[in-house]
Amino acid sequence: MAIKAMGRRTRPPAAEVSEGTWIEVAALDKRYQPRRSAPTQALVDINLTVRRGEFISVVGPSGCGKTTLLKILAGLSPKSAGTVRIAGREVTKPLPEVGMVFQAPTLLPWRTIFDNVMVPAEIQKLDPARHRERAQQLLDMVGLTGFERKYPHELSGGMQQRAGICRALVHDPAVLLMDEPFGALDAMTREYMNVELLRIWRESGQTVVLVTHSIPEAVFLSDRVVVLSQRPGRIAEIVPIDLERPRDLGVMSSDRAGVYVDRIRAHFNAASVID
Amino acid sequence: MATTEVVGGARTPAPEKPTRRRLDLRERPQLWLVPAVFVVVVLAWEYGTELFSVDEYVLPRPSQIFDALGRQLGDGLFWSHLWVTSREALLGFLIGVGAAVLLGTFISQVKVVEATLMPYIVAFQTVPKVALAPLFVLWFGFGLTSKVVMAAVISFFPMLVNVIEGLRAADADRIQMLTVFGAGRAQIFRMVRLPTALPFIFAGLDIGIVFAILGAVVGEFIGAKEGLGYLLLQTNYNFDISGMFAVLVVLSVMGLVAHFVIRLLQRRLAFWAEDTRVIGA
Repeated sequence: MAIKAMGRRTRPPAAEVSEGTWIEVAALDKRYQPRRSAPTQALVDINLTVRRGEFISVVGPSGCGKTTLLKILAGLSPKSAGTVRIAGREVTKPLPEVGMVFQAPTLLPWRTIFDNVMVPAEIQKLDPARHRERAQQLLDMVGLTGFERKYPHELSGGMQQRAGICRALVHDPAVLLMDEPFGALDAMTREYMNVELLRIWRESGQTVVLVTHSIPEAVFLSDRVVVLSQRPGRIAEIVPIDLERPRDLGVMSSDRAGVYVDRIRAHFNAASVID
Repeated sequence: MATTEVVGGARTPAPEKPTRRRLDLRERPQLWLVPAVFVVVVLAWEYGTELFSVDEYVLPRPSQIFDALGRQLGDGLFWSHLWVTSREALLGFLIGVGAAVLLGTFISQVKVVEATLMPYIVAFQTVPKVALAPLFVLWFGFGLTSKVVMAAVISFFPMLVNVIEGLRAADADRIQMLTVFGAGRAQIFRMVRLPTALPFIFAGLDIGIVFAILGAVVGEFIGAKEGLGYLLLQTNYNFDISGMFAVLVVLSVMGLVAHFVIRLLQRRLAFWAEDTRVIGA
């Protein structure tokens, strides 16, 4: 809607990138080499392509490397081997066309909510007037109208996390990365935020990669769920979620959703990992 | 510390806090307990010294100190002493604290500099700076300079430690957040490291200003022809013990005023920090 109508600011994609391979991960390996001990293999042979506008979730047992995968996509952590491309660009450092939502809201306590949302636009020296307008639209969209001049400590955890989502979207990134963004919220707020996230995604049209602990959350939100095995993390299965959109929480009590949840959970039961 | 609480009640960014709490004596008993303790101590002192007939040359009574204070405040010469000491302390404070901010920033940002200088700083920090006062008077004379140097040196170290510690204290998650959005070193410094250091810097200022007054007075003890430290010695030589106490009262008030000015600035500029971790006092 209004948000989408602003058009994309992002650099035009590098030549010959197809919308079908908006994110491209091929033969990705990640090893950690501690100074005085044997190397740890974190990720093995990860192959994944994500369409533009697709919603992907990554689930897996604790320590399987799902956050590592996200950090590599964000350009925060170097890969050991393989290819990682976002919108046709090799990821070697953080790309301006990526927005990220963290486990904790990570707002700056000395900035108002509005100024927190503006942080990426300030860092990337984007046109202030235009992005002020966009920041306001995003805040309106997530229901934070009237809280622009408040400081983070005056807001609840859920509201802070919503401000964090606005911040991740303010520079109109091609890809939105989310690292267990709702893990710290209570169950009620979490469900509410899931519904909100779907609405935001529908309106902003970003390509989303979400890391989560919660299988139902992954099924509810995603077009496809990537299941990682125990460390070293390999892709155990990619489960397409064929539930009609737009979805509401009622979908989750349907048999088909239950089948998806059971199918994903079976991977963890087989590995006797409760997560 | 009742006054601190009152200032706290007027904090800018929390407008939803009702201001009527300000006078709630039940919730904040210190509002009457602090003045009450003052009254009790002064009365006990006043009548205790009379009861045990303590000599005025040993411990004057509060009323005598009050009289002496009135006498001094009415004397133009006293104000010139006050001005001299204030100027020495303030100049020394600004120089010491300014140098500490510059050096501290440099040390915290360049690893080699830190590795090279830290041993010297730690070693020099253990030197009792007050003991350097005779040397400074020898080098810089009886005038203003030796006291300014003393005040600067003594307020420099707590500030330096706080600046270094504060610039290091930035939260790794916040730095990572800025990095994801493409921030470089300078932007990370400006957007996270500096604001994080601000409460530490105020802690350094708070200790620094009190130390600067101390430094100026000690410098005057060693060799001076004016200033409150000089006046303290003069009243002592003349057995004007009430006058001595009056000078001490004035020095305390100077320290208190400086402390509250800095606290006020802190509540304005570093309003998000609830309490300050004081380092290097």
